[in-house]
Amino acid sequence: MKLHVQTTVNGESAEFLCAPEQNLLEALRDELRLTGTKEGCTTGDCGACSVLLDGRLVCSCLVLAAEASGRRIDTIEGVAKGADLHPLQKKFLEHAALQCGICTPGVIVAAKALLERNPDPSEEETRFWLAGNLCRCTGYDKIIRAVLDTAAELRGDSR
Amino acid sequence: MSERKFRQVGTRPIRHDGLDKVTGRAQFGADYSAPGMLWGKVLRSPHAHARIKSIDASAALALDGVKAVITGRDFPDVKSESGPAGEGANDMRDLAMNVMARDKALYHGHAVAAVAATSQRIAEAACAKIQVTYEVLEPVLSLDAAVAPNAPILHDDMRAAGDDPKPQGPTNVASRREMGRGDAKQGFADADVVVEREFKTPMVHQGYIEPHAVLARTGEDGRSVVWCCTQGPFMVRAFTAKILDLSTDMIKVIPTEIGGGFGGKTTVYLEPLAVLLSRKAGRPVKMVMTREEVFRATGPTSGTHVRVKLGAKKDGTLTAAEAVLVYEAGAYKGSPVGAAMMTVFAPYKLANVRIEGWDVVVNKPKVAAYRAPGAPMAALAVETVMDELAAKLGLDPIDLRLTNAVSEGVQATYGPKYRAIGFIETLKAAKSHPHYKAPLGPNQGRGVACGFWFNAGMSSSANVAINEDGSATVMSGCPDIGGSRASLALMAAEELGIPVEQVRPVVVDTESIGYNDLTGGSRVTFATGMAVIEAARDVVKQLCARAAATWGIELDAVKWEDGQAVATNGAEGKHEPLSLKRLAARASSTGGPITGRASLTARGAGPGFATHLCDVEVDRETGAVTVLRYTAVQDAGRAIHPSYVEGQMQGGAAQGIGWALNEEYVFDAKGAMENAGFLDYRIPVASDLPMIDTVIVEVPNPMHPYGVRGVGETPIVPPLAAVANAVQRAAKVEIHELPISPPRLLALIEAERG
Repeated sequence: MKLHVQTTVNGESAEFLCAPEQNLLEALRDELRLTGTKEGCTTGDCGACSVLLDGRLVCSCLVLAAEASGRRIDTIEGVAKGADLHPLQKKFLEHAALQCGICTPGVIVAAKALLERNPDPSEEETRFWLAGNLCRCTGYDKIIRAVLDTAAELRGDSR
Repeated sequence: MSERKFRQVGTRPIRHDGLDKVTGRAQFGADYSAPGMLWGKVLRSPHAHARIKSIDASAALALDGVKAVITGRDFPDVKSESGPAGEGANDMRDLAMNVMARDKALYHGHAVAAVAATSQRIAEAACAKIQVTYEVLEPVLSLDAAVAPNAPILHDDMRAAGDDPKPQGPTNVASRREMGRGDAKQGFADADVVVEREFKTPMVHQGYIEPHAVLARTGEDGRSVVWCCTQGPFMVRAFTAKILDLSTDMIKVIPTEIGGGFGGKTTVYLEPLAVLLSRKAGRPVKMVMTREEVFRATGPTSGTHVRVKLGAKKDGTLTAAEAVLVYEAGAYKGSPVGAAMMTVFAPYKLANVRIEGWDVVVNKPKVAAYRAPGAPMAALAVETVMDELAAKLGLDPIDLRLTNAVSEGVQATYGPKYRAIGFIETLKAAKSHPHYKAPLGPNQGRGVACGFWFNAGMSSSANVAINEDGSATVMSGCPDIGGSRASLALMAAEELGIPVEQVRPVVVDTESIGYNDLTGGSRVTFATGMAVIEAARDVVKQLCARAAATWGIELDAVKWEDGQAVATNGAEGKHEPLSLKRLAARASSTGGPITGRASLTARGAGPGFATHLCDVEVDRETGAVTVLRYTAVQDAGRAIHPSYVEGQMQGGAAQGIGWALNEEYVFDAKGAMENAGFLDYRIPVASDLPMIDTVIVEVPNPMHPYGVRGVGETPIVPPLAAVANAVQRAAKVEIHELPISPPRLLALIEAERG
């Protein structure tokens, strides 16, 4: 039997049916067709499925879909506001902080969560915060630079 | 080559596909679905070596929602022949057996059946109901075990190619070959110092973050459309057609965005299964691998045993070199040992060389290409021995390499004479880099290592279409793994003389462009770039002809300059220049739409050389290694989009660091991989690495119109040895085995303490 789940995704109310054992990642991708959140492992090791659940950074593969009931979910699809990219998205493009792009949605969701908590992270803090988001292409260099540069811009620091 | 002044090449525009990738809109392999779609799942062998006695799928087929089951019996017999469209040699029969076992399962995870059902869960449940009767055989799990007398045999028909005298009985050695020149024995006799070391490296995986995924739909006419994340849509078409005995035109492949490949997506796994299931079920079938399946059943690269011996004079001049390279192929022949033999001594001037290479089958997944296939393990041995040689001779390690470095005109150990190459330039740039002189603290060490990769040419087609407003579309058939669309657009923009933002680069399907070899061999910016330049020049020729006709002058009185046709050759100033925009607007009245095309087989891929510097700190209590600083120097020939050249260098370095320090396949005694997930197979995470400095050296490749060399693979060749050399100096131990994991290094440190 399927469960009926009512939730909020990127500020809009949403509902879906899911099996009790189904995870949130599957519900987002297969039921709500929000395929921006990626699957890399389903064991919580790669971070490609990072989303915010009531503002908290989680791997959506480790959350049961039914747990979304009555909660607020934010995904990569909600990071840009209309035609306005989030500064992180702009900086990722400027810094060439992506190659294949499969980890990018998760990294941006995670980095945004970092900057909302800590507007002035050190390189080390940024590296440890993003240690749960695997990237196999970039060696992380340009990702870290993009995040630090975004933080500086959001703080209004002159470069 | 004349020094051309570039306006756009060498700049860093925002990549055209970037927006979709930072917003989550870009569609990767698993992001496609179709009406009426079924889910496919694979049943895999729980044994590393077993004879399949029988398969009974009746209970699975009886499950509500199960629409089709396939086993080895559903596949045609495929004859042993080298396949088209791949990277390196692919035996089609082996490939067919690898995607679906027939009589024997040859590794833990080998596909033995597949199911299509209305949901993933039903498909999984159906797999569990398929009854397979196995006769379990003793697995062959190491190179030593494979060549031991009376070893269990994987393939009864295998005889070692190249063995003399011809072997009588079956063997696990697929081939044993030798190459060389001069007199190695005499060369070693002439040496003042000889160093010989042995190394072992484990099987490691490419580790792309996107698991393999496919959606296949077959029509009533038997024609199939395949959406998949692959490095080679034409390869998928060719291999799937061969495996299923279909003609090429029955399959259309639409490449999706691809979430990393590094060589691992240069072959097929799921695609033939999805096509066959969709044919059998009459409905679209989607299949997505789990991460565990990716580790267990897709191509890692070889575990190796390598022995290298180098002899040198007191001044550092190398007198002789010998290498024995023994590579695991996995379950079917075809390790990259051939490339290893050719690359192992390629950076150095050597008159006396002897190289031996073994390709050995074991009950592990069949290896696939992995970034500079075969070269990193060979370079680990050579560059570590070079370091020891430098220490013994009291020479600076970069100076020792400078003494022996190959340059233009030198005959490579693998045959040809080098054209213009930039190896010495990378060594000099590394030596003068502030990194090389920076002070080191206690328990810290610095390693130097070099690397070589050929780079590939192969076949590419490209079209350039001019839109009505003078903007352009660039079409290619090579999936963009790391920014190649941007580099192709830059080259077209350079030729057309319009801003790169007005050029849309697209990767199209197998029915929308001429044949393209796959994205691999660091070839896209080089070879497909060459096709794009030619196609853009074809456009320019047509534009000039339109202008000449408009003005009523000869074609040779028109030249293309800064995006416009200009009268020249005696007609200077007589006609107002015609811009691309104006010519495009009147295209339909001057002869029709303007499209340029080029199809070519690119010759003269320029070899890539790199020199890397690595500083580490060793924790003598735990054996943990921290990479403190890393600098990669590489000859790119010409960096079209420098950011993505740097990205390749940084990414290759990071993969190599992971290979050196952490990554390895761990098998239990029965041949099951024990660490088939990212928690236990630990690739580098952000907190493991420092920033990776890059220095791009540009010694133009004379065989490319802009001087481009491939850059993607070379960066993974030096890091294994760069890290190992740094650890050896920091910990005062000798490294003979990767990965240099904490327990392994701690044991070395403790042995040294006594």
